[in-house]
Amino acid sequence: MNNSPKPILELKNIDAGYDRQTVLHGVNLAIYDHDFIGIIGPNGGGKTTLLKVILGLLKPFSGEIIYPACRQNLFGYLPQNSRFDQRFPIDVTEVVLSGLMSEKGLYRSYTRSDKQKAWELLEKYGMGAYKKTPIGDLSGGQMQRVFLCRAIISSPRILILDEPTTYVDSNFEKEFYPILEELNKTLSIVMVSHDLGTICSYVKSIACVNRELHYHHSNLITPEQLQSYHCPIELITHGRVPHRVLKDHESSHL
Amino acid sequence: MLDLLRYDFFQNALISTLLIGVSCGLVGTYIVAKRMVFISGGITHASFGGLGLSYFLGFSPILGATVFAVLSALGIFFLSDNKKLREDSLIGIFWSAGMAIGILFIYLTPGYAPNLMSYLFGNILTVTREQIVLSAILFVLIIVFFVRFYRPLFYIAFDKEYSRTHNVHVNMIDITITLIIALCIVLCLKLAGIILVISYLTIPQAIAGLFYKNFKQQLIASALISTSGSTIGLFISAFLNIPTGATIVICFLLIFILGWGLKKVAR
Ligand SMILES: Nc1ncnc2c1ncn2[C@@H]1O[C@H](COP(=O)(O)OP(=O)(O)OP(=O)(O)O)[C@@H](O)[C@H]1O
Ligand SMILES: [Mg+2]
Repeated sequence: MNNSPKPILELKNIDAGYDRQTVLHGVNLAIYDHDFIGIIGPNGGGKTTLLKVILGLLKPFSGEIIYPACRQNLFGYLPQNSRFDQRFPIDVTEVVLSGLMSEKGLYRSYTRSDKQKAWELLEKYGMGAYKKTPIGDLSGGQMQRVFLCRAIISSPRILILDEPTTYVDSNFEKEFYPILEELNKTLSIVMVSHDLGTICSYVKSIACVNRELHYHHSNLITPEQLQSYHCPIELITHGRVPHRVLKDHESSHL
Repeated sequence: MLDLLRYDFFQNALISTLLIGVSCGLVGTYIVAKRMVFISGGITHASFGGLGLSYFLGFSPILGATVFAVLSALGIFFLSDNKKLREDSLIGIFWSAGMAIGILFIYLTPGYAPNLMSYLFGNILTVTREQIVLSAILFVLIIVFFVRFYRPLFYIAFDKEYSRTHNVHVNMIDITITLIIALCIVLCLKLAGIILVISYLTIPQAIAGLFYKNFKQQLIASALISTSGSTIGLFISAFLNIPTGATIVICFLLIFILGWGLKKVAR
């Protein structure tokens, strides 16, 4: 691994958590260009916590995060549940434009072509009819689509998705993964998902997070491997999946 | 009625009403959108402690009120940000602490303090040159800030966590707007009085909210409604020789009811 390219971002021996309750232990992870990392793990295993550490939203207790020199347009982020005020007076177009904050900083102004770009994205993701709708008037799945547009409008280097398909219908889900594959040509993706079937067919590598992080260099995952990762996950997969496995096991970890 | 305009005191009152009307209209829109009405009530009442202390020590009341308002605003902002303390409990603490300190110092100050009443209930007709200059400075500051930083301010208010992932100076914007809110409240005291300040920051915005769902439109509409409502109220109160602050609030209420009715009819 010595002559491999430099990662965009690297976590080294991270311990992180809340109020002294440690959720993540000794986590190491490197994100390279064109990566597509699928993150799996049980509820409460620390997946969202890991994303927050990567994004700089949660300061780790110990360990080191190496960011690239230029932080502009580094992240696009689709949160698992956005805790925003449903009645905040903001429309869909403005929400998408807010994805440009990193590029615009405090002083640069938003142009007509920025707005055009936001509209194109909304059009592309089936939200063209809702450009002027207040964000609170949308359904859960529609909001998810808008937040996806917000996450990608800046063409970030790393796109971070926390269970992106929770609310969306199967139609959009079918369109969604090819979209990610297309995006993955130009940017790296880190995606948390419980949908193991999909994870296995689209991602390039898998990380299992259950207090510790176990990185797996391919998208093929077997029950034996899961076992050795102490990952109490049940793999039930359908369709075009490399490994069809059905396995349940105990976490042997404290 | 226009005879009034020949008097110095009335000119001063009119100028500061216009300045404060626009300032409160803009700042209040942010407060309402961000659901900070209760925080603003806390800051307003905390400033009473500063008034009391100033009377006791013989300082300018506006100085004491400013110090207390700014400290309580920053106190609520920073202490609630680390999630250990509930924001609404904190507001209650600052609110009552300020009132208690104010009451005690006023009790300890010998003699009657007529000036104090003008801060409790508002009396724009006794506004000083100094206060007009301060209101004008704040007015310019608010306009510049809202125009220059409109989008960062708006986006951070909408989703702070997301903004943090985008490497913008979230805290700088948040602290600046917190300070602006505190100063706006202090300068509004003379017009509305501690008891009524909150209506200047909420009723024009509620009226604007009836007709506009977009933040930018709400800002402009609130500023216009706030300015015209308070100017009308000022004239009526001076003409009928009744308290200005309360008259303005009644004007706002009437406009609100009118707007609400219009909206119902339009449906
Ligand atoms: N804001 C918080 N304050 C305190 N503890 C938290 C907070 N957020 C999460 N935790 C704790 O951290 C642990 C990991 O939570 P996290 O949200 O990272 O799990 P997750 O893997 O994303 O789960 P899920 O699959 O349900 O989304 C949980 O045990 C939870 O109780
Ligand atoms: Mg999660």
